[in-house]
Amino acid sequence: MIFFDRVSKVYPDSSVALENVTLSIEPKEFVSIVGQSGAGKTTLLKLLLAEETPTDGQVFYESTDVHALNKSEINDYRRKIGMVFQDFRLISDKTVYENIAFTMEAAGRSDEEIEQDVPHVLDLVDLSSKAWSFPRELSGGEKQRVAIARALVNQPDIIVADEPTGNLDPVNTFDIVQILKKINDFGTTVILTTHNKGIIDSLGKRVIVMEQGKIIRDDKKGKYFI
Amino acid sequence: MFWTNAKRISRTGFMNFWRNGTVSLASVLIMIVTLLVIGFILFSSAVLNTSLAQLKDKVDITVTFIPSANESDIFNIQHSLQGLPEVAAVTYTSSADALTAFEARHQDDQSILTALNELSDNPLGAELDIKAVDPSQYQDIANFLQGTNVLSSTGVTIIDHVNYYQNQDAINKLTTIIHAANKLGFGIALAFILLSIIIAFNTLRLTIYMSREEISVMRLVGASTAYIQGPFVVVGIIYGLVASLTTLVIFLPITYWIGKVTTDFFIGLNLFTYYLHNFPEVFLILVGSGVVIGAFSSFLAVRRYLRV
Repeated sequence: MIFFDRVSKVYPDSSVALENVTLSIEPKEFVSIVGQSGAGKTTLLKLLLAEETPTDGQVFYESTDVHALNKSEINDYRRKIGMVFQDFRLISDKTVYENIAFTMEAAGRSDEEIEQDVPHVLDLVDLSSKAWSFPRELSGGEKQRVAIARALVNQPDIIVADEPTGNLDPVNTFDIVQILKKINDFGTTVILTTHNKGIIDSLGKRVIVMEQGKIIRDDKKGKYFI
Repeated sequence: MFWTNAKRISRTGFMNFWRNGTVSLASVLIMIVTLLVIGFILFSSAVLNTSLAQLKDKVDITVTFIPSANESDIFNIQHSLQGLPEVAAVTYTSSADALTAFEARHQDDQSILTALNELSDNPLGAELDIKAVDPSQYQDIANFLQGTNVLSSTGVTIIDHVNYYQNQDAINKLTTIIHAANKLGFGIALAFILLSIIIAFNTLRLTIYMSREEISVMRLVGASTAYIQGPFVVVGIIYGLVASLTTLVIFLPITYWIGKVTTDFFIGLNLFTYYLHNFPEVFLILVGSGVVIGAFSSFLAVRRYLRV
C-alpha cells in the first residue's frame, strides 16, 4: 500500500533527515514509529503527505509515485489520508461541527452527506454535545478527538497520527489510543509516531525504530526500544 | 458543484468577517483611512481643476480696433480668428457698445463723463475678445494678429492695439503655474494613493498571517487553492464594501462643512454640491477602489501561505 524506496532527505543546511530508508506498509496495518527527536519520524510523514519532496528515492502510494502528482492530484491524494497532529491544528474560528464539515466540503461532498456524516463521526468520538463549541472552549483531549473525527470523516484509507498524545494527560492518552485502535479494527491503516513507551507496549503491533534518519529496527509485534 | 462551492465560500467569508470582529474592525478602519485619502485627492483635484479652469477663463486677449475701422473688416478678422484651432471663442463688441460699457463703468466719475461729452465722435473703437483653448496658445494668436491676414480691404492695419503685449508676462506666468500645478497635483495624488494602498495591503497581510497555520491545515486535508483562498477574498471584499460605504457617509458632513470654505476661497465651487452632483462617480471610484484593494490584497497574501 505504502512503499518508501531508498528515500533520503537532506535539507538545504546539509542536515540529513532521512538516509536511504526503505519501508513497506500493508493495508489495515497499525504501525508505530518511535525514535528520539530528530530521528526523522516527522520527515517520513511529511514525505508521505507530499508536504516535502525527497532528495533521493521515491514514495509510492499503491502504484503511484506521490511526488510525481500535480497540485490537483495531490489534493485528491491527501483526502485519502487523515492527519492528526500533536498540536491539534483545528481552525480556531470554526466550531467543532464546521471543522469536521470543512474537510468534507473540501472533498466536494454534498450538504446532505455532511449533515448525515458529521453527527455520526462526532458520536464516534463522543463529542456530540460539543458540536457547536469553538476549539478554545475544549480541553486538550477533546481537541484531539475533534482532530481524529476530522481525519476520519472522509473515510480515508490511512490515518497518520504524528505524536497525537504528546500534549495529553494519561487518561486522554488512553482514550485517544483506544479510538485509534477502534479505527484500525474497522480496517483503516494507522501510522502512529510517539514517544510514549506505555502506548507501544500495550498495543502489541508493528514497531519501527528510527535513529539519525535510518530505520534500525522493524518488529512485527514490537516493544518500545530506543 | 460550482454554485455549492460559491455558496460555501461566501458563507464562510461572511462568518469569518463577523467572528473576527476586532480584526475586521481594525482592517475596515485602515481601509477607511485609505479611502478617505483617495476621496480627498479626488476632491482636491476637483477644486484645483475648477480653480484652474476659472483662472484660464479669466485670461483672454482683447483686440481694440481704430474708431474708423470698417465693421465688415472687423467681421472678416473675427471669422479668420474663429477658423484657428487655438481659438475657443471670439466675442465682438461694437464701438457703440464699448462706449455704453465705458459710460456704465464710470457713471460715478462726473469728470470723465463730461470729458466724453466734449468729444463730438465716439473715441472708442470696436473690440474682439479672444479666448484660447489653452493659455499657452495666446502667443500664437498674438502672432497671427501681427500678420498680413488682419489687414483691412485697403491693405492698412485697423488694429489699434492688442492687450496681450501688456499682459504677456502675467499670462506666461499663469500658464506655467497651471501646468506645474497639474503635474505636481498628479504626482502628489499618485504618491498618496500608493502609500495608502500599501498600508491597507500590509494590514490585510498581517490579518492573514495570523491564519497561516490554518491555511496549511486546510491544504493538508486536501482543500483546493480556490476553496482556501475564496473566503479570504470574500472577507477582503466585505472590508472594502463596509469601508467604502462608511467613507461615503463620512464625506457628507465633511464636504458640507468644507463646502462653505471652498465657496469663498475657490471661486464659487461648493464641495458639498460637487459631491452630491458627482455622487455616482465618487461612489463607483470609492467602492471600486475598496473592493479591488481588499480582494487583491487578500488574494496575494493567502497565496504566500499556500505553498504546502
